[in-house]
Amino acid sequence: MRVQLAAVAQARSGDKADLANVALFAPSDALYEVFKREVTAEKVRRLFGDFVRGAVDRHEVPNVRALNFVLHQALDGGAARSLRSDPLGKSYGSLLLRLEIEVDPALLPRREA
Amino acid sequence: MDRVRIGAGQGFYGDTPDGAIDVALHGDVSYICFDALAELTMAILQKDRMRNPEGGYTRDLPHFMRRLLPAARERGIRLITNAGGMNPHGAAAAVRAVARELGMPDLAVAAVSGDDLNSDIDDLRAGGVELRNSDTGTPFDDIRSRTVFAVAYLGAQPIVDALRQGADVVVTGRVADASLFVAPLVHELGWSFDDWDRLAAGVVLGHLMECSGQATGGNFSGDWQSIPDLDRIGYPVCEVRSDGTAMLTKPPGSGGRVSVDTVRQQLLYEVLDPRRYMNPDVVADFTTVQLRDAGDDVVEVSGVRGMARPETLKVICGYLDGWMGTATIGYSWPDAAAKARAAATLIDKLAARAGLEPLEQRIEIIGVDSLHGGAAPEVAQPNEVVLRVAARFATEDEAARFPRITMPLALNGPPFIGGGASPGGPRALLGVWPSAVERSLVESRVVVTVTRAGEH
Repeated sequence: MRVQLAAVAQARSGDKADLANVALFAPSDALYEVFKREVTAEKVRRLFGDFVRGAVDRHEVPNVRALNFVLHQALDGGAARSLRSDPLGKSYGSLLLRLEIEVDPALLPRREA
Repeated sequence: MDRVRIGAGQGFYGDTPDGAIDVALHGDVSYICFDALAELTMAILQKDRMRNPEGGYTRDLPHFMRRLLPAARERGIRLITNAGGMNPHGAAAAVRAVARELGMPDLAVAAVSGDDLNSDIDDLRAGGVELRNSDTGTPFDDIRSRTVFAVAYLGAQPIVDALRQGADVVVTGRVADASLFVAPLVHELGWSFDDWDRLAAGVVLGHLMECSGQATGGNFSGDWQSIPDLDRIGYPVCEVRSDGTAMLTKPPGSGGRVSVDTVRQQLLYEVLDPRRYMNPDVVADFTTVQLRDAGDDVVEVSGVRGMARPETLKVICGYLDGWMGTATIGYSWPDAAAKARAAATLIDKLAARAGLEPLEQRIEIIGVDSLHGGAAPEVAQPNEVVLRVAARFATEDEAARFPRITMPLALNGPPFIGGGASPGGPRALLGVWPSAVERSLVESRVVVTVTRAGEH
């Protein structure tokens, strides 16, 4: 079934110069495996559209069941020269949580199933 | 010592001292570390110093010290802060002035300087330092004529030196956030500066603590509604054993929450490659960190592995990149967003007629797309939106004129405005240029000065 990440995941985002990072956290080992399959760097790149001008890298952090996305040229030149309302990318995590993924319903936490 | 307790007192320039006072009174700590700096903050402090050569440190430092020094002095808690920003000696003098006011002439205040490379850029470059942009590879020549500051990220060593010399308060410039917390661990637990696993454990703990409430339930993206009493959130407190394992918690009775979930979110905040988290003292492998719920509001942190520190230190340069003027106007239902977009078109025409040609411009409809741009979904008929047009110009004068030419839209534009047309700016825009410099070129310049408050 299709599930929006916001229903099952947590996220946090921040800035380094013109790079932003968005970390996505899974609630269980099973869903972490699903995230690894479904939440690719390419999908994140497409989701962010022209807000991100450079590449998107993905790093796996299995000890905390996380995927860390690094978005290059993502902050309009960096916080102190950006024209944007969110110059630090702190809201980027919420955008990632909009992504919909395909999940076997049996893997969902019971309250979401 | 086989263990030491340290606390976090500040997560950014603008944070409240209440969290630090709670840690001082109820955290049972020997040290409180304050991270006042960020890339954006360096730009703000540099602007201050350009206006006033005596400034350049965080203006709230005296306020923090006035509130904290009595409790810290009584309990023997030592304070470590990078609030010195672009002017650590000025900041240390301000701390000493507060100490004299409070009747503490024997308070020993250390200033750590040497991170400021601005006046040596040309010498460094003549010596072969390229200062290429480490993200894009672009040569430094692109920004040389517009550069207004250059600072290196120092590690824990000069703070350890200051503590050994008996400093009660250590005030630094651009010491890496996590290294502020590594320093008391090295000093108290006798760690050596090539014990990579222990240093990496210290960096992980420092990284977890440096954003204060972000590790204890602030900005929590899980069931945030369930986090108690965020108005009196407890800042992180950590008991660290000599082997580098630690218990992360917060003062008893404070608000917020410490759990594996709140802590893991902070673990990856502003992290690029988690296998190689770069710090001046060590390269830490964040994929080795083990987090375990160890009781109510207690998380055990263990297992951290590290690798040899980098041979270069991170440097950031700030460079002038034009001026921003901002115009905002609120519009209400019906067709609020359509009115805002129509007003933006009118602003383009008015600006052109006034001879104002932005180098670049950003149109946001606050309430619809200001945070995520084109990636935001369509919203059907919001009750109200705010149009925000931010424009970048080459000169301050143009940036100041820009919002003024939008003022007539209060009477001459689409109907049902609210919030009025309020001019914003002009604001200097500073680009941040990340780069690197060989460690020895910086470390040879670092100076630690310890002065008692009574000596002025």
